[in-house]
Amino acid sequence: MSDLLAIETRELSKRFGEVRANDAINLQVKAGTVHGIVGENGAGKSTLLKMLFGFYQPDNGDILIDGDFVHLANPSGAMDHGVGMVHQHFMLVEPFTVLENIMLGAEGGRNLEEGKARARAALTDLEEKFGFDLPLDEPVENLPVGVRQRAEILKALYKGAKTLILDEPTAVLTPQECDQLFELVKLLRAQGNTVLFVTHKLHEIMAITDDVTVIRAGKLIATRKTSETSAADLAELMVGAKVSRQVSREDKTNRQSRLELKNVSAFNGQGHAALKGVSLQVKDGEVLGIAGVAGNGQTELLEVITGLRRISDGSIEFSGLTIADKSTVTDPITLRQKGMAHVAEDRLKTGVVESMSAKENIMLGYQTEDEFVSIGVLKLKNIEARAGACFETQDVRPRNIDLPIGSFSGGNQQKIVIARELAQSPQLMVIGQPTRGVDIGAVTKIHDQITELRNDGKALLVVSADLDELLAISDRIAVMCEGEITGVMRVEDADEKTLGLMMAGQKIDTSKGLAGNAPSEPSTAPTGGSL
Amino acid sequence: MAAVRKLPFWAENILLPSLNLLAAFVVSGLVIWGLGEDPFLALSLLVEGAFGYEEAIGYTFYYATNFIFTGLAVSIAFHAGHFNIGGEGQAMIGGLGLTLAVFLMGDASPFLSILIGIIGAAVFGAAWAYIPAYLQAKRGSHIVITTIMFNFIASALLAYMLVGPLQRPGGQMPESADFPDGVALTHIHELLSYIGISFEEGPMNVSLLIAFACAWGFWFLLWRTRFGYELRVAGQSADAAAFAGISVPRMTILAMMVSGALAGMMGLNELLGEQLRLLGNFTLGYGFVGIAVAFMGRNHPVGIVLAAVLFGALYQGGAELAFEMPSITRDLIVMIQGLVILFAGAMEHMFRTPLNRLFERFASQEAV
Repeated sequence: MSDLLAIETRELSKRFGEVRANDAINLQVKAGTVHGIVGENGAGKSTLLKMLFGFYQPDNGDILIDGDFVHLANPSGAMDHGVGMVHQHFMLVEPFTVLENIMLGAEGGRNLEEGKARARAALTDLEEKFGFDLPLDEPVENLPVGVRQRAEILKALYKGAKTLILDEPTAVLTPQECDQLFELVKLLRAQGNTVLFVTHKLHEIMAITDDVTVIRAGKLIATRKTSETSAADLAELMVGAKVSRQVSREDKTNRQSRLELKNVSAFNGQGHAALKGVSLQVKDGEVLGIAGVAGNGQTELLEVITGLRRISDGSIEFSGLTIADKSTVTDPITLRQKGMAHVAEDRLKTGVVESMSAKENIMLGYQTEDEFVSIGVLKLKNIEARAGACFETQDVRPRNIDLPIGSFSGGNQQKIVIARELAQSPQLMVIGQPTRGVDIGAVTKIHDQITELRNDGKALLVVSADLDELLAISDRIAVMCEGEITGVMRVEDADEKTLGLMMAGQKIDTSKGLAGNAPSEPSTAPTGGSL
Repeated sequence: MAAVRKLPFWAENILLPSLNLLAAFVVSGLVIWGLGEDPFLALSLLVEGAFGYEEAIGYTFYYATNFIFTGLAVSIAFHAGHFNIGGEGQAMIGGLGLTLAVFLMGDASPFLSILIGIIGAAVFGAAWAYIPAYLQAKRGSHIVITTIMFNFIASALLAYMLVGPLQRPGGQMPESADFPDGVALTHIHELLSYIGISFEEGPMNVSLLIAFACAWGFWFLLWRTRFGYELRVAGQSADAAAFAGISVPRMTILAMMVSGALAGMMGLNELLGEQLRLLGNFTLGYGFVGIAVAFMGRNHPVGIVLAAVLFGALYQGGAELAFEMPSITRDLIVMIQGLVILFAGAMEHMFRTPLNRLFERFASQEAV
C-alpha cells in the first residue's frame, strides 16, 4: 500500500483576524498508517483538524482525500468522503442509548424501530470486525468515559469512516483505558484504516504512531518517521528551541531568597495529583523560567504560589514568611500587599474582566488599596490618574481608559495588565505566559521590562510555553514534567537536547547538564509502532 | 471579515427598547383591531388614562414605585451574576416584617414606627433572600429554583399569619388589624400643598421619593464603591474574582440580601402608603414584573426608573382603557402587559441582529 495518501493538504491556510492560525500547511498522511500530530496548545492543531473535518473553510490551499481534491462545506461533507472525527469533548446525547447515539443523523426513515433493527444488524458486523463489545442499549450517561469514546469511534465507523481523526483522545482517559484505546487504534490500522492521532503527550506519539508531524505557531515544522525520532527531539521541535540570548546583564552577589517552595504537592480541579513534591527557589535579582510541555503542572504551580490553590503537602515561603502549608493558604490580597504581583496565565479568563473598562481593570486585585478607595468609596480621580499613567508609560493604544478591556488587542491588554502589577513596585513578580497572544512589537517591550525588573533586584518567576522566550529572559530554567521538576539549569548551560529530554520526563541531576542517564520516569517511551 | 461591532450607545439603550415596545404595541393593536375596536383610539385612551390628568399621573407613579423597588432588586442580583426570581416572596416577607415592626412599636411616635417599619421591611426581605443565597453560595443549590420555591413558602407563611396570629380581631378576611393612627407615609399631594402647589389627591406617597433615593443609592453602590466593584467583578467572572481575592460566595450572599431588602421595601408603598394594614395578596405579581423592568431598564437605575414608569402607565392606563372600552376586558390589559414583557424581556434580542446588520452596512458604505 505504502505511498497512497489518505489525506493531503497543499498550502492550507486559515487566518482569524491578524492571527495566522494555519500558514501554508503541507500535510501528507499515508493511507493505512497512524499519523501523529503534535503541537502546543494554540499551535494550530485544532484549526487544521476543523478544516479537515469541514467545520472551517480554508482561506487558501487545497485538501485532497484519497488523492482527489475535495471541498468540505460542512462535517457531513467530510463524512461523505470517509473522514470521521472523534472530538475531545464527545458529541453524544447522554440520556440516549449507545445504539440511538450511533444512528443519530442516520435514522433510516420514519419508523425508528425499523431503523434501529437495521443499525443493530450492521453494528454487530462492525463490532465483530473490530472487537468491540459495547452495551448498545445502555444510556450513554451510565457509561465510563473510555466506553463513551469507543461508542464515538464506532459511530464514525458506522457512518463509513475510513480515516479517523482522534482529537486529544487520551486527555480524559485512565491509563488502562489508554491501553485499550491503543489496542483499538492498532486494530483499526491492521484493518486498513487511517488514523490521525492528535495530542501533546509525546510518549503517546512514540507508542502508537508511524509518522508524526509537528506544528508550531501555525506552521508545519517537520514530519518524521516515528521510528527515526525521539521524544526529546519532538519536544525541541514543538517549543522551538534555538538559543537566542541577547540581553546583557550584570550578576549580583549576596542575593537573598525571595520565594522558596519546599516539597510542594497539590491536586488539580479534578482531584488528580498535579504537583508532586516540587522544590524551587527564586532569589532577588533573578528570573527563574519554568519550561515544560503544557499541562504538566505549570498552571497549578502558579496557582499555589499566588494563593489561588491549596497545597496538600510541603510549604511555600515568601520574603521569609510561610505563606502556604498543608493547613493554610494566604489570600491573594494579602500576598499583593506583601509585594507579590501576579500576571495571570489566562489573561482573558482570569487576569482581567473582559467587559469592564480598562480603568476598572487597573485596580483589579488592588481594590482594597488606600490609593483607590477610602471608607469603601472609590477614588475615581486616582483610579483614572493611575490608568492614564499606565497607558502613557506603556504606550497603550487606543489611549482611551474607558473602553472595555476586551476591545484592546492582546498586546495592549497585556501591557495594561503588566502596568497594573508594576505600579505597586512588587518584590516578586509571578508571570504566566508573558507574551501569549501578544504582537511582536509588544513582546520585545515586555521582555525588556522583565529584564529591567531583574536588574533592579526584583525576583521573577516566569512560566512560558515558549522556550525561546525563556532562554532569552531567564537566569535559570526549571523544567516540569508530570507535576515534577525534572531539572534546573543555568541558562548558560542549557542546550536544547537536555531541555528536550527533561521535558520528556527524564530527570537530570542539576545544573551541569546530562549527568547520569538513568531515566527515572517510564514515560520516555518505547519506540515506534510494531509494523 | 466584518469585526463584531457593538451598537452605538443610543441605539443600544434607546432605539432597541423603543423598537421592542413598538412591536408589543403593534401586536396589541392588531388584537384590539380584531376585536372590532379602533387601536389608535385605544392607545390614546391608554395614554390619556395614564398621563392625561393629575389623578392619573398620581396612580401611574404609585404603581411605578412598586416597580422601581422590585426592578432594582432583580437588577442588583443580576449584576452579581444571579437571577433572583424571588422578588415576589421577598416582598411578601418584607411586608410581614414591616407589619410586625409597626405593631411591635405599638403607640410609639408614628415617625419612629415608620422608621422601624421600613427597617423591618428591609431586614425581613433580606433575611428571606439570605436562605437561597446561602444555599447557592455554600451548597450549590441553584438560586432560580430555590427562590421560586421560596415564593410559595412566603405566600403560605403570609396566609398563615393572616388567618392566624396577625388576623384582625374578629375579622373574617386574610388581613391584619389597621396600623396605629398616624403610622402612614405622607402623600405627595400633601407634601406639595405644604409648598403651595395643589395636586389632585391620590395614593402616590413619599415611598416614591424613597424609591428614587434607592435608585440613586443603587447607582452609587454599584459604580462608586468598592463593594459594588467587587460585586460586579464576581458577577462577570468567577476566575477574575478569585484572582483579585474577592470571595464569590460572599458576594452572592451580600448581593442577594441587598436584593431582598429592596424587594421587601415594596411594602412601604403598598402597606405604609396606601392600605395601612397587611393584606394577603398585596404583592399582586409586582415582584415578577420587576424582572421585565430590570431587563427593559438595561440593569441601570435610570433605565429601571423609566421602565417602571412605563409599566406603571400600563397598569393605570390599562385600567382606564378597560373602563372606557367595554369590549376590552381586564384580561386583555394583562395580555398587553404580557406582550410588553415578551418583547422587551424574553425577546429582547429579536431586533438586535437586524439592527446590527443595518449599522454594519451603514458603516461599510461610509467606509466606501
